Amino acid sequence: MTMPSLTLKSHRFRAEREADWRRLDALLVRLERGATRGLSDDEVTSIPVLYRSALSSLSVARAISLDQSLISYLESLCTRAYFCVYGTRTTLVERIGAFFSTAWPAAVRELWRETLVSAGFMVLGAVVAFVLTRESPDWFYSFVPGDLADGRGPASSTQELRDTLLGTHSGSGLAFFSTFLFTHNAQISLFAFALGFACCLPTAFLMSYNGMMLGAFLSLFSQRGLGFEFGGWALIHGVTELFAVTLAGAAGFRVGWTLAFPGARSRLDALASAGRIAAVVMAGVVVMLGCAGLLEGFARQLITNSYLRYAIAAASAAVWLGYFYLPRRTAP
Amino acid sequence: MSTPAMLNAAPSDNAGSPDYQGTAARVRELVTPEGVDLRLTLADASERASAFLLDAAIITGILIAFSLLTVGAALFSGARSGEFVGVIWLLGAFVLRNFYFMVFELTPRAATPGKRILGIRVTTRSGGPLTADAIFARNVMRELEVFLPLSFIFARGGGVDSWIALAGIVWCGVFVFFPLFNRDRLRVGDLVAGTWVVRAPKRILDVDLVARETPTVIAFTVRQLDAYGIKELSVLEDVLRRKEPATMAAVAQRIRAKIGAGATAATDEEFLNAYYAGLRGRLEGRLLFGRRRRDKYDKP
Repeated sequence: MTMPSLTLKSHRFRAEREADWRRLDALLVRLERGATRGLSDDEVTSIPVLYRSALSSLSVARAISLDQSLISYLESLCTRAYFCVYGTRTTLVERIGAFFSTAWPAAVRELWRETLVSAGFMVLGAVVAFVLTRESPDWFYSFVPGDLADGRGPASSTQELRDTLLGTHSGSGLAFFSTFLFTHNAQISLFAFALGFACCLPTAFLMSYNGMMLGAFLSLFSQRGLGFEFGGWALIHGVTELFAVTLAGAAGFRVGWTLAFPGARSRLDALASAGRIAAVVMAGVVVMLGCAGLLEGFARQLITNSYLRYAIAAASAAVWLGYFYLPRRTAP
Repeated sequence: MSTPAMLNAAPSDNAGSPDYQGTAARVRELVTPEGVDLRLTLADASERASAFLLDAAIITGILIAFSLLTVGAALFSGARSGEFVGVIWLLGAFVLRNFYFMVFELTPRAATPGKRILGIRVTTRSGGPLTADAIFARNVMRELEVFLPLSFIFARGGGVDSWIALAGIVWCGVFVFFPLFNRDRLRVGDLVAGTWVVRAPKRILDVDLVARETPTVIAFTVRQLDAYGIKELSVLEDVLRRKEPATMAAVAQRIRAKIGAGATAATDEEFLNAYYAGLRGRLEGRLLFGRRRRDKYDKP
């Protein structure tokens, strides 16, 4: 009796193809470890070929074989190979390049309506707080939490307030300060974006609250005749920071609005595409807040001349607006 | 090779090996451009939760080690470079909190260490390539699912504040338990990014049971081989792969009684191996003629 097992067609089928499967398996293990460079040209070009033959093996095995371990092995092998063959093929550097040259500005332009709404909420909050605080300075305490006020308030003397507008640091501690500002603000705006999922309401609240704090401060300082100086102090980094926060709110609004009103597409599809655009904007917001942190931590503390501060604020506004909204040639 | 005819012949209900049984509701179709359905299985809620807890433990561990290291460095180097160490710590903690998941999910295996241990990975619901923006979106939503509930839980204050915190926790529960209330086990991040999490275990190719060392040849009649169907065959396959003597003895006894096999000199294992080879040959032979006998209640 010579090897009766070979009379099984499914066994012969496996014996003929097993070597190819094992070769593909070994290549996938190396690819999954990220050892793309270690592969020779021949090995790289053989992957799609081996993948297609494994797929055809899977179809045949499902049709003729009753060996469950073989079928589940082939399913797992084909799935892994599928992700390798049809996964992303761009490198990290290419992705970052594409992000800054096209994806980010395009996503920001796409969200122009939400950006206006987001900015509207912030301005509304600022105006309300400004008017209320001018009528009765006690409102200041309602808008600004104690730790943020940092001793500044209607009870402070004009001289004390003026001092806070000057660069108080002499150079040491600035790096820590600006890093703290960056991580804190970035966390808050990521949070504001995520909250958009709850049908926009928490994001709208955060945007107007942010405006209210600004309005309360502006009102306090302008009553003491320090409005101009306060503007320079706040805007030197505020242009970048407020723009970033506005965009974070806009991204949150896009997601929340799509959840509530998905339009013609199914809710799941609409939400997925809204989420991706919003994610691109949010990645950019983190970059912008990094710049704002540097401006706030270094430039504001080292530059005390108000005109110079306004000049930097205007320059940064021009840079961001030009970068996002100036028409550009689209890639063919 | 992969002709549509073969696809049509593929079983609609695959009586899988035991670890695949009971997962039929979580199998999703993914048809490759070559036209083959890969039949992905979604990860269930417990796998997702375990993977997350593992990752959370890893993050916490790294953060503690990193903090001790930076504190040590600050003490050692004195106040002058203490600021530098502080910057490193702030940035490190920020990156760890926000980019741990993203960095690992951007690798070819699209899985964090926790997910790798559980044998699951992230992929797009459409089957297309997983892009960086999708990964960013699904992970930023953790703010809502993890950090928002935590901030309510650790909120301090008495009276009205504690009631607000309680209301907040209830509200957050909607996001935290979201995956339990939909068929695809999507969390909020998956919803926004268009992704889901599937099983992608790395399997090793077991030896073919019929190719083992020369099997004892026992002749079975067609009638004896027609006693069982495909479902029983896969159970038998599992028994033979596990090789537990007690189970094999019990199974061999039941099969012998059912098919009325006379006493032979073969051991239980040899008998089962021989019957497996015979049954598989019989069923596969019928399969080639387009007859897929699901189980023993099906007509032979």
